[in-house]
Amino acid sequence: MTMGTLPRRLGVAVVMAVIVWFLSVKLNTFRDYQIAEVATEVTAVAGLTVLTGLSGQISLGNGAFMAIGGYTTALLLMHLNWPFFAALVASGAVAVAAGAIVGVAAARLRGPYLAGATLMLGVALPSVAYAWPGVFGGDQGLNVAFTTPAFLGATFPLTRWQAWVSTAVALVTLVLLANLCYSRIGRNWRAVRDDEVAAALDGVNVAVTRILAFVVSAGCAGLAGSLLAIVTSLVAPGAFTITLSISLLTAAVIGGLGSLPGALWGSLVIVLVPTYVTDVATSHGLSSSVGSNIPIAAYGVVLILVMLIFPQGIQGGLRRLLTAFTGPDPKTRTRHDASAAHVTPSADDASASQHEKEGTS
Amino acid sequence: MKRTHRLRWQAAAIMTVAALAVAACSSSSSSSSSPSSGSSSSSSSSALTASAPGITPTTITIGSHQPLTGPAAPGYSEIAPASAAYFAYVNAHGGVYGRKIIYKYLNDAYDPTTTASVVRQLVLQDNVYALFNGLGTPTHLAVVSFLNSEKVPDVFVASGCECWNQPTTYPQTFGWQIDYVREGKILGQYVKQHFAGKKVAFFYQDDEFGMDGVKGLDYEIPASMVVSKQSYVDTNVNIAPQVAALRASGAQVVVAFSIPAFTALLKLDSLKLGFSPQLVVSDVGSDPITLSGLLEAFAKQGGATVNGNQLTNGIITDNYLPALNTSDSWYVLFKKIHDQYEPKAPLDGNFFYGMAVAYTFVQAMLKAGRNPTRADLVSTIQGGLPQGPVVSPFAYSSADHAGATGAYMAVIKNGVGVQQGPVLITDTSASGPITTFTGTQPQAPASGIPSP
Repeated sequence: MTMGTLPRRLGVAVVMAVIVWFLSVKLNTFRDYQIAEVATEVTAVAGLTVLTGLSGQISLGNGAFMAIGGYTTALLLMHLNWPFFAALVASGAVAVAAGAIVGVAAARLRGPYLAGATLMLGVALPSVAYAWPGVFGGDQGLNVAFTTPAFLGATFPLTRWQAWVSTAVALVTLVLLANLCYSRIGRNWRAVRDDEVAAALDGVNVAVTRILAFVVSAGCAGLAGSLLAIVTSLVAPGAFTITLSISLLTAAVIGGLGSLPGALWGSLVIVLVPTYVTDVATSHGLSSSVGSNIPIAAYGVVLILVMLIFPQGIQGGLRRLLTAFTGPDPKTRTRHDASAAHVTPSADDASASQHEKEGTS
Repeated sequence: MKRTHRLRWQAAAIMTVAALAVAACSSSSSSSSSPSSGSSSSSSSSALTASAPGITPTTITIGSHQPLTGPAAPGYSEIAPASAAYFAYVNAHGGVYGRKIIYKYLNDAYDPTTTASVVRQLVLQDNVYALFNGLGTPTHLAVVSFLNSEKVPDVFVASGCECWNQPTTYPQTFGWQIDYVREGKILGQYVKQHFAGKKVAFFYQDDEFGMDGVKGLDYEIPASMVVSKQSYVDTNVNIAPQVAALRASGAQVVVAFSIPAFTALLKLDSLKLGFSPQLVVSDVGSDPITLSGLLEAFAKQGGATVNGNQLTNGIITDNYLPALNTSDSWYVLFKKIHDQYEPKAPLDGNFFYGMAVAYTFVQAMLKAGRNPTRADLVSTIQGGLPQGPVVSPFAYSSADHAGATGAYMAVIKNGVGVQQGPVLITDTSASGPITTFTGTQPQAPASGIPSP
């Protein structure tokens, strides 16, 4: 079984890449920019959804790891003229290191206490930029120079290149995460999430497992921060406020916690809904005081609706619709099948953990 | 085998929906986003053509980023509706050579990353002819390189940062209001002359806005007079530590380069500590009507009642637009348009500003000719513009993209800035003299529309 899953995951990634390539060529350059924004968001949300959905740790501080990644990229490009991909890897590595430090502390905390500690991180860390304005550019941040490579020609739109780069990073991240989720490490995460004592009795090192989840999620956020830096050509503290951390968690919840496709749905909602609603509001001639607040209201309404109609997020809702449409498949109850259904990890995840619970009860 | 089929089906379904979602979102706008290449050159040279992106035979579309929500919204959110009101007036009176101006301003909440996103939407999707009056120093700095690389005219930035005046680096970008260095020099000279021997402190926003202002102040105020310099960031409304430090320094005069919300906080936090220095506030943070409203609103949040107009009495400031009084021809014109198109908005300094900058834009478009390209607008402004509603001449030339060159000093009395002395003009250098403007400001045209 496991022999076949990696090629299939790669296949899905290739199909996604082709679709994005097609969209990026067909749609206008602003849509390319939005594709880049969505891919950036997906990279961060995927890491968070694994952390929260699989290992059961809630983080309200992933925006801070994005800030670490973003500033690392900006400084490396600015002062050392590193090629972007080297800076990207370095940003991920620095965020991993920071995640390991925070993860050690986080492994001792549970539930709301962990959320509180990471919230503090999310609030405090971006303020470092104000403390050393000479290095981090203070309130207005650092400009990031990112251009299209010469071989694409002078007229190639920059936003399309940004869309391609960020989509590539997002897809590689998703493939790696999907593999991780169905490896021994992923099973340990789920075991620790469901019952720490039982997991420990089974020989799982609970603390290491939890720290590892934190590190992976921080690394994804670092990569996303690096992408955000080149997509917006700017890193500024205003980009990494607590609102960002909360919007990442919102995307994960709207999409479906623990689900990698859910990370895509959630990111689409978070990125596209405000722009779309603004367009509708302005084209209907609403006064600016009303129109400018409608996107925030729409955001809340979408969150409430999704939670009411699909308590398990959009991916959970889609799965339910699919089941209603095709009828229950007896094979989904088997663990064997669960490990193969890589496209909808949360489905397998849910059925697998259900299976485990049934087994233990 | 069956299992793989199901998976493929699922994957296909997911991605189809994703593709449809993105495509559906774009369909609403794709019709308007095609570059106006169809200017099938009409034989008559005077016919209106689609001469540039954002210009059709009947419309000119321009865009802007504005803080409609967030920390800078109080006061500044009135500016874009005021500009829109002036454009509506022009549109109703024949437009610009018959073309109607469509003004699309998007909310960036004064957050540079949002600015980056909305400005790309305006340029790449909505295909605006020019970016007009983008508001804020930290926000506009996030997009100035992008606008210049896309060769989009970036006119009359709503910020007095000296950074817009870099014709070689940013050939598309033009300031409009007096820059903060000139303003700092004019305020500084006043402080040096009127408060000799007193202890002076600075309170400023920790970015190019505040630092440019402090630069101008330092050119004029001897360092021996300055006892403290305190800065704030616009995302943190707790400025009690800074105000305590100002009080501890024994300052008798505090010069503030702050946005209106933080001028109000400075005043209220000082009151709490029983600290009442003479306030000298730069024009951008001192509009009396905005300030008085903010003071009352903030005090109410804290459970207190204050009289805003009383608290603003005696604040010293400067202004590069005529005072709001009924004898001024510009005030009469703008009040007429205000009452007709946006009667509910307060007719304060911010509203006046929005109208005045819109007037200068229409002036530039009329001068740029019947079928202007983007380059035509840039070269027109470089050729110089009449001062119109501004009290001092503009600096515009091919070597200088700064806007207004001077201002007059004023003291707030009963909610109105009362002019003190003549209009002063200067440059941005440390040694450049501050001189009295000897010309006179032209009267507003009777039609309300500038002549080409």
